[in-house]
Amino acid sequence: MAASLFAVVAGCAVAVGCGGGDTSTSRDAPATEGGPVALRRLTSQQYTQSIHDVLGEDIVVPSRLEPDARLEGLLGVGASFVSVTPSGFEKYEAAATAIAEQALGSELRGAILSCEPSSASGADDSCASEFIATIGRRLFRRTLAEDEISMRVAIAASSATELGDFYAGLELALTSLLVSPNFLFRVEEVEPDPADESRLRLTSTSVATRLSYLIWNSTPDDELLDAAENGELLNPGNLTAQASRLLDSPKAEAGIRAFFSDLLTFRRIDEGLVRKSPTEFPAFTLTLAGDAKEQTLRTIVDHLVTNELDFRDLYTTRSTFLTPSLGSVYAVPFRGEWGPYEFAEDGPRAGLLSHVSLMAITAHPGRSSATLRGKFVREILLCQTIPDPPANVDFSIVENTDGELRTARERLGEHVTNDACAGCHQLMDPIGLAFENFDAIGAYRTQENGVDIDASGNLDGQSYNDAIGMGQALRDHESLGPCMTSNLYRYAVGRSPVSGEQALLAFLDDRFAASGYRWGSLIGALVLSDGFLTASGQREAEEAAQ
Amino acid sequence: MKKLVSRRTILRGAVAGGAVGMGLPLLDCFLNENGTALAQGGGPIPVRFGTWFWGCGMNPARWAPPTEGLGYELSVELQALDRTLDSGGKLRDHVSVFSGFDVKLDGNPNYPHGSGPASNLTGLFAPADGVFGAPSIDVLIAREIGGFTRFRSLQMSATGNRNHTYSRESATIRNASEISPMEVYARIFGPDFADPAAGEFVPNPRWTLRQSVLSAVKEDRDKLMSRVGTHDQQRLDQYFTSVRQLEQMLDVLLSGPPDLPSCRRADDPGPDILESEVFQNDLESVNQRHGALADLLTFALACDQTRVFNMIFSAGISELTVPGLNTTHHQLTHDESIDAELGYQPQATQFVLASMEAWAGFVERIASVPEGDGTMLDNCLVFANSDLSLAKPHDVRGLPTMIAGSAGGRITPGIHVKGNTDPCTRVGLTVQQAMGLPIDAWGANSLRTSLPVSEILV
Repeated sequence: MAASLFAVVAGCAVAVGCGGGDTSTSRDAPATEGGPVALRRLTSQQYTQSIHDVLGEDIVVPSRLEPDARLEGLLGVGASFVSVTPSGFEKYEAAATAIAEQALGSELRGAILSCEPSSASGADDSCASEFIATIGRRLFRRTLAEDEISMRVAIAASSATELGDFYAGLELALTSLLVSPNFLFRVEEVEPDPADESRLRLTSTSVATRLSYLIWNSTPDDELLDAAENGELLNPGNLTAQASRLLDSPKAEAGIRAFFSDLLTFRRIDEGLVRKSPTEFPAFTLTLAGDAKEQTLRTIVDHLVTNELDFRDLYTTRSTFLTPSLGSVYAVPFRGEWGPYEFAEDGPRAGLLSHVSLMAITAHPGRSSATLRGKFVREILLCQTIPDPPANVDFSIVENTDGELRTARERLGEHVTNDACAGCHQLMDPIGLAFENFDAIGAYRTQENGVDIDASGNLDGQSYNDAIGMGQALRDHESLGPCMTSNLYRYAVGRSPVSGEQALLAFLDDRFAASGYRWGSLIGALVLSDGFLTASGQREAEEAAQ
Repeated sequence: MKKLVSRRTILRGAVAGGAVGMGLPLLDCFLNENGTALAQGGGPIPVRFGTWFWGCGMNPARWAPPTEGLGYELSVELQALDRTLDSGGKLRDHVSVFSGFDVKLDGNPNYPHGSGPASNLTGLFAPADGVFGAPSIDVLIAREIGGFTRFRSLQMSATGNRNHTYSRESATIRNASEISPMEVYARIFGPDFADPAAGEFVPNPRWTLRQSVLSAVKEDRDKLMSRVGTHDQQRLDQYFTSVRQLEQMLDVLLSGPPDLPSCRRADDPGPDILESEVFQNDLESVNQRHGALADLLTFALACDQTRVFNMIFSAGISELTVPGLNTTHHQLTHDESIDAELGYQPQATQFVLASMEAWAGFVERIASVPEGDGTMLDNCLVFANSDLSLAKPHDVRGLPTMIAGSAGGRITPGIHVKGNTDPCTRVGLTVQQAMGLPIDAWGANSLRTSLPVSEILV
């Protein structure tokens, strides 16, 4: 992905003021003041990924930590508003204990402990100190202060003496790192920009953490921390080099998967919450749901990263990946393990919205939901707002159905013949009806209750006959690109845009479009932008989302 | 509210052996004696508060009892309360019913399944869908009485979804629910539980070491606080309150087994079925999970492991189903025709009846524990509530609530009170006053009230 990142660097480097002629054809990035920074609690994925990166892939991280909260459509935004509740802290402490036990157990400690204690049955302050400083730096994403190390050396020493075991003592010191707010929350700090003291920029180490969790969904490595603590990330050239290095790493796949999992609400599948009526849909097991998520993520990674294709074509592409059990839901023969697959040119499927994952997520346990599907497209893919339902609706019209309404279109007709309902439902239901050929698990059908399904409709002026046409209309929709830019931006900075950032978002979308909607270009432009690198200050309490 | 801080300080000194004091948020310092004032015979008997939630309401005309006052006549949808308790007497006589109390929207949006609980549990309109405008009532009460026990409060949901919770510390901070009986057992009755039947109490040396870990974490506090804005200071306050709660837990563990005659270790519920491959929200599975969680909770209450709890039987968007039905309770409330002859939705209504059966079973469990001169139910206040009255139109007028138990003698149980469109906050105010919160009024705008339901307050 680095090639496409570099393609934008010349323009962006000028934009952030490192001099030289403007060789790019696009306009400069508008000077912007980023919105406020806040503590960002690690998501459960980030927690696990960070533990694996620092202490080893073999560590079994307990599941069911404090749940993440979705706010404004993203767990990544919710992370700037959540805290740790009493039961949550209990779980973090239990997890930390279990992790420390494994990490310093006889099997795994060799990989992370660089010194030998003078005695395995007692304290060794110098070896403990070395361990705490080294591992602590990766966990806190900065070099620890002397007192932060010394108080943990003291815990290790007294515990080792009490338990008669150097490693058991060190476990408690490691536990104290893992339950610290300095690990559980990413701390973002600002400082005056020396070039213009009236402006605030993120500190170099804060930039490193933002960058690392955006691209890897994990903690910075030592090389990035070295660069950060030398102040190098305040220089656009060095920042570009580090961003490119991170994007080229195999760890970048975890980053893009994390973003799309968050945006597409795949956490619901991870938590076993996307379930279907077993009598109606016996094929839809938790394993199948997991495969369906994997199919969509593989498709996205292959399309955006491996092949560096136009992002918008995700909604029309017939290229995907299957397993035999998915093949049976799609009614196509597929053998063996995971492998690439092309949906037939004349078949009913193209694009992510014809995948089992998204069709199942946006359906009820027993039947499809045009309303939920329409809401998903409007809110998540086009960033449009569905108005709140009114306080008082005369439901007498929808209260009595005669039981003869056999298709979703007929049933939902009730919504749009009632003025109070129509306002919102006309935004959602017609789009969702385009997907009525896909049932509650995304299997194809041509009829519902013996009546032919009519999947035709119109998306903001572009007519279509079926889901394929709908995918094309979505692909061509003027809000699709800007919405993705906005979603990635919100995910990167952990908040919704503030006033003053709209011009920057328009600029980023321009760059995205100018590159032919290449993912690397969007990331490259984003991480070099003022929105990523500056802030108005620390978030104050009254600004907290209600 | 006099001398609160000093009492807290003295207590911490006594319990924790003079542990280093931290700046306590004011609410955390609230202590009253209600929880332990009711000494009967030997040890003090705590008074507990809990909520019990079911989704998608009821049919108002069939649910509201036909008569008012003590000894009310049971309605068709409350027949589940027609049980004889092992301890004697009717379950109905321990449960008060509140019909016709309204959630007032004042023109604010009626978020389907969201506005009802938000208003009923905070006294404020929902500022946005799924968001509460203030801490929920259980948190207000836990801040008052939850500070002495091993767990400040316990949240459980039989729905299999940890995010199903109506317990909020603030607009954006939710107390997640436990969903697995196996995990709840391990958390409460695992190796850390001091079993009064286990013979001589030997403290685990690890508990003291864990305390030293927490002390180190607290050392991080001041430096971090000075680096963040006020938004984050509040969040860190919450974090450090949670750290203190774990210290409290370790203090309680170190102080030995609970001193309550009915306390014993619960039975291990065994592995649970949450991880299985297929849909698990059929009534039988949910009843099984709810029963297992309720059993564990009952034992936890009998051992004074917590004084505050929240139990969710089904969520607002109730996914309850039965084998052979290709839809759910919630979906039925929207899709099923109202039977012209019956005047209600027969399929959807079976889940109302099932919910009331589950509620009756829940209360019956609490009443099965002998305590003092009566049962544990006498020393509990359980506030049952739903998100809606009639679910089909998402109606929040006449939001159904009930109160089980006598709250240690502060509540007269077994009364049906008609609200006649009064705000639902009257019941919430009553609950808080019964639990000893020093408030005279509660709620805002049309939900504001200073009028408790005096019929049930002793």
